[in-house]
Amino acid sequence: SLHLHGLQFNAQRQVHYIAQNGGLYKRPFNESFEETPMLVAVLTYMGYGILTLFGYLRDFLREWKIEKCHNATEREEQKDFVPLYQDFENFYTRNLYMRIRDSWNRPICSVPGARFDVLERISYDYNWTFNYTGKVIQDVINMGSYNYLGFAESFGICADAAAEVTEKYGAGVCSTRQEMGSLDKHEELEELVAQFLGVEAAMTFGMGFATNSMNIPALAGKGCLILSDELNHASLVLGARLSGATIRVFKHNNMQSLEKLLKDAIVHGQPRTHRPWKKILILVEGIYSMEGSIVRLPEVIALKKKYKAYLYLDEAHSIGALGPSGRGVVEYFGLDPMDVDIMMGTFTKSFGAAGGYIGGRKELLAYLRSHSHSAVYATSMSPPIVEQIITSMKCIMGKDGTTIGQDRVQQLAENTRYFRGRLKKMGFIIYGNDDSPVVPLMLYMPAKIGAFGREMLKRNIGVVVVGFPATPIIESRARFCVSAAHTKEMLDVALKEISEVGDLLQLKYSRHKPVPLLDRPFDETTYEETED
Amino acid sequence: LRTFSDLNTMLETQFLFLAPAYHLILEGILILWIVRLLFSKTYKLQERSDLTEKEKEELIEEWQPEPLVPPVSKEHPALNYNIVSGPPNHKIVVNGKECINFASFNFLGLLANERVKNAALTSLRKYGVGTCGPRGFYGTFDVHLELEDRLAKFMRTEEAIIYSYGFATIASAIPAYSKRGDLVFVDESACFAIQKGLQASRSNLKYFKHNDMADLERLLKEQEAEDQKNPRKARVTRRFIIVEGLYMNTGNICPLPELLKLKYKYKVRIFLEESLSFGVLGEHGQGVTEHFGINIDDIDLISANMENSLASVGGFCCGRSFVIDHQRLSGQGYCFSASLPPMLASAAIEALNIMEENPDIFSVLREKCQRIHNMLQGISGMKVVGESFSPAFHLQLEKSTGSRESDVKLLQAIIDYCTDRQIALTQARYLDKDEKFLPPPSIRVVVSVEQTEEELDKAAALIKEAAQHNLH
Ligand SMILES: Cc1ncc(COP(=O)(O)O)c(C=O)c1O
Ligand SMILES: Cc1ncc(COP(=O)(O)O)c(C=O)c1O
Repeated sequence: SLHLHGLQFNAQRQVHYIAQNGGLYKRPFNESFEETPMLVAVLTYMGYGILTLFGYLRDFLREWKIEKCHNATEREEQKDFVPLYQDFENFYTRNLYMRIRDSWNRPICSVPGARFDVLERISYDYNWTFNYTGKVIQDVINMGSYNYLGFAESFGICADAAAEVTEKYGAGVCSTRQEMGSLDKHEELEELVAQFLGVEAAMTFGMGFATNSMNIPALAGKGCLILSDELNHASLVLGARLSGATIRVFKHNNMQSLEKLLKDAIVHGQPRTHRPWKKILILVEGIYSMEGSIVRLPEVIALKKKYKAYLYLDEAHSIGALGPSGRGVVEYFGLDPMDVDIMMGTFTKSFGAAGGYIGGRKELLAYLRSHSHSAVYATSMSPPIVEQIITSMKCIMGKDGTTIGQDRVQQLAENTRYFRGRLKKMGFIIYGNDDSPVVPLMLYMPAKIGAFGREMLKRNIGVVVVGFPATPIIESRARFCVSAAHTKEMLDVALKEISEVGDLLQLKYSRHKPVPLLDRPFDETTYEETED
Repeated sequence: LRTFSDLNTMLETQFLFLAPAYHLILEGILILWIVRLLFSKTYKLQERSDLTEKEKEELIEEWQPEPLVPPVSKEHPALNYNIVSGPPNHKIVVNGKECINFASFNFLGLLANERVKNAALTSLRKYGVGTCGPRGFYGTFDVHLELEDRLAKFMRTEEAIIYSYGFATIASAIPAYSKRGDLVFVDESACFAIQKGLQASRSNLKYFKHNDMADLERLLKEQEAEDQKNPRKARVTRRFIIVEGLYMNTGNICPLPELLKLKYKYKVRIFLEESLSFGVLGEHGQGVTEHFGINIDDIDLISANMENSLASVGGFCCGRSFVIDHQRLSGQGYCFSASLPPMLASAAIEALNIMEENPDIFSVLREKCQRIHNMLQGISGMKVVGESFSPAFHLQLEKSTGSRESDVKLLQAIIDYCTDRQIALTQARYLDKDEKFLPPPSIRVVVSVEQTEEELDKAAALIKEAAQHNLH
């Protein structure tokens, strides 16, 4: 969608700093977004327009062999096959992405901790290929990795424990959980995860992405309805699709939109037949990784209870990173984990490991153990990875007898508030919740995506920039991930450089008129329906 | 009168003049409408204005959903899975009993290899455990690039791409190329990961009988006739044949030379899943292409996991850059998931080193496969399914007892008999309701180079004994 509503010039913007709803929230919910200034929106569209025109021009020149074509090409023997790619399919990649692709996939060669080392690479052919110079850009401040609690470490208790397990078990498992791959280590981890989450039972999987895409199909099917936030992660979308259930999408974090869908679904039943839905499953995330917003969980739970729907909560970014003791978004709002039917999360972020988990009631987990695609067909988790999770989780829980974990959780919360507050003061447009360690800074214009990424690396700071299709077309942004491992000095250096680059690229768009996310206009008459 | 006829001619000429515009507009609207119908599927639900608010509330009040999950009986075999204490090596402790492992896909015994472990350890001390990001966002480590390079060299292809999860490899690769409206010819025995990739692709599927080239050609011919009726559609419909090197579900090898003939005759691309054959078949373990002496460039895409022969975690695809590079922006499991932990990449690199230094290992494995395969022939009531050189093959009941449930129980009794006598085996597990063509229940025997001749003989003898004990 082109988000044309961003263009609407709202002369009487109301400023709401706190949007609370009927006393459901036990704490202030400070989440706001600032509308795209109209001039910026117009210029951004123009920017894409010009890029597209030039794209066509250059495609034309390539066609006539005036410009050199760097694309890999089809084999001679297969030139008469149906082309593997349609021409327009790669238009965007060829003409827009290629210009700025040096801002992505930057190889690193150290721990992805508070600082990391980046391999220097240069391109002599406008980013079609890269050459490694052999030099290493050292001690770059890492504002890009999801290392929320700083557990990406090569020494210390977690790494030591993982090393010991590597010596004993080796790297792989060579079998599935259902055949010969359920190790004692897996059982230990699952007990600990259940305890950590405050649920009856838990199960773990080797990949966070697959945890969603290979378990949702076990929970919903034909005749079921899945209500999914429009900004949900690709893995949730894929899982929903593979399930065969009908999918409807509600506006991001918009409870009116969700309630309308719930109500309509129950009143109207399934399309055509009007048969009642078998069950309704709501898919939401704890922290949205591109938006920095936190799910309005108290309201979602109230709705799911009112309408007897089931709730699937993906805590990939919020587990460890939110809540007074790092238990995630449920603890953050002071809610009961048993009110969430399916507690899902990943170990790739706060725990500095890999994989995902699902927690919930005993019956749910018994069913998943026997029906999860992952349990039956995928190789189980590598033992050293399991050990990294066990030790980091125990550390967060204080089971190691120290307060290291607890301190890190606190440090992250402090760093987050400090970093976000300073950026806002500088005049950047920052999306999301004040407590979210995911901090999107709006860039808008396509030319600024590459410029920001490069300028920051020149100043020894590694940042992530994202544009279409990961974001709406005009809402390109930089994204910082705050970590407990960042010291105040590091954050100050980063802030100083961001401010300088912000001035250089004229990124300080804010007019300090934030509007709560809830007030983003939404079109309530149409929604998507997928039925296959 | 004059004015009237004037008006008439004027209208007529104007109408004629306007006609193309009308046409264009009408056709435009029609096309938009069709596109909308075809793709968006966005529509308003019928408003039920006949219902009052109160009636709606009653409907909401009355609606009772099904439980989130149906109850599972405690007896369900999946809830009574094996627990392995300690490493799942050649010697394995299953449910407290020490056994020889005939169940893990550790064909080359690299799981316990000290060199592999040391490589993983060194890597751990350099990079830590997790990568804390997908490949695009600082999740690309130098070891990932090295592993991709090494895999490409090992397979003698232009490029390789690694995934952090074996299952996600082919399941992500298929939908990166094959889209809605495209055509996929797939073997009925294709493994679950292929099935899920196909489902995600939303392509049109044509299943051919397992390894039956005549049946495949019949489908291709049918399609050819179809194409002649609608050449315009045919020109944009991509087509693929998806097969496995050695089939996970049957242990059979695919007839690759015949498949290639069909590929060029009918202009269909071939994707090959080699999780079982990579690091097993061929003189250097390159897989089924080497086994048949086929130019690897004739295969459009090869995928395999690194969880069997390489005894690590993850998977890879390899082929020409023209094909493979596309996944770096379109492979869902590649783009939207954290990258492979560097220590596991390092383990895989070391495993590749060992494979390259000891090409004999593949012939040793082959001999062991043949040995136990031969000895398991002729058990009354059971049949061996799979090639004699396949390190994973199946033992099925010759005659079903009548229900799948009791077949499974019977096979489990045979396995338990063996486990009690120090041979660890497992049944091949499937999701009965989710498999497109559910394979019959079976015991999957896995051979590894670590098994000695005595152990192979013992296992075969024991299985025979267990079958006799339980089947008669
Ligand atoms: C919400 C969400 N779910 C799942 C995942 C996938 O997790 P993993 O990287 O462990 O595969 C991500 C990762 O980026 C995510 O943001
Ligand atoms: C719970 C429930 N009861 C009753 C109905 C009424 O169905 P209809 O009036 O279309 O037969 C529906 C609608 O589909 C429903 O969902």
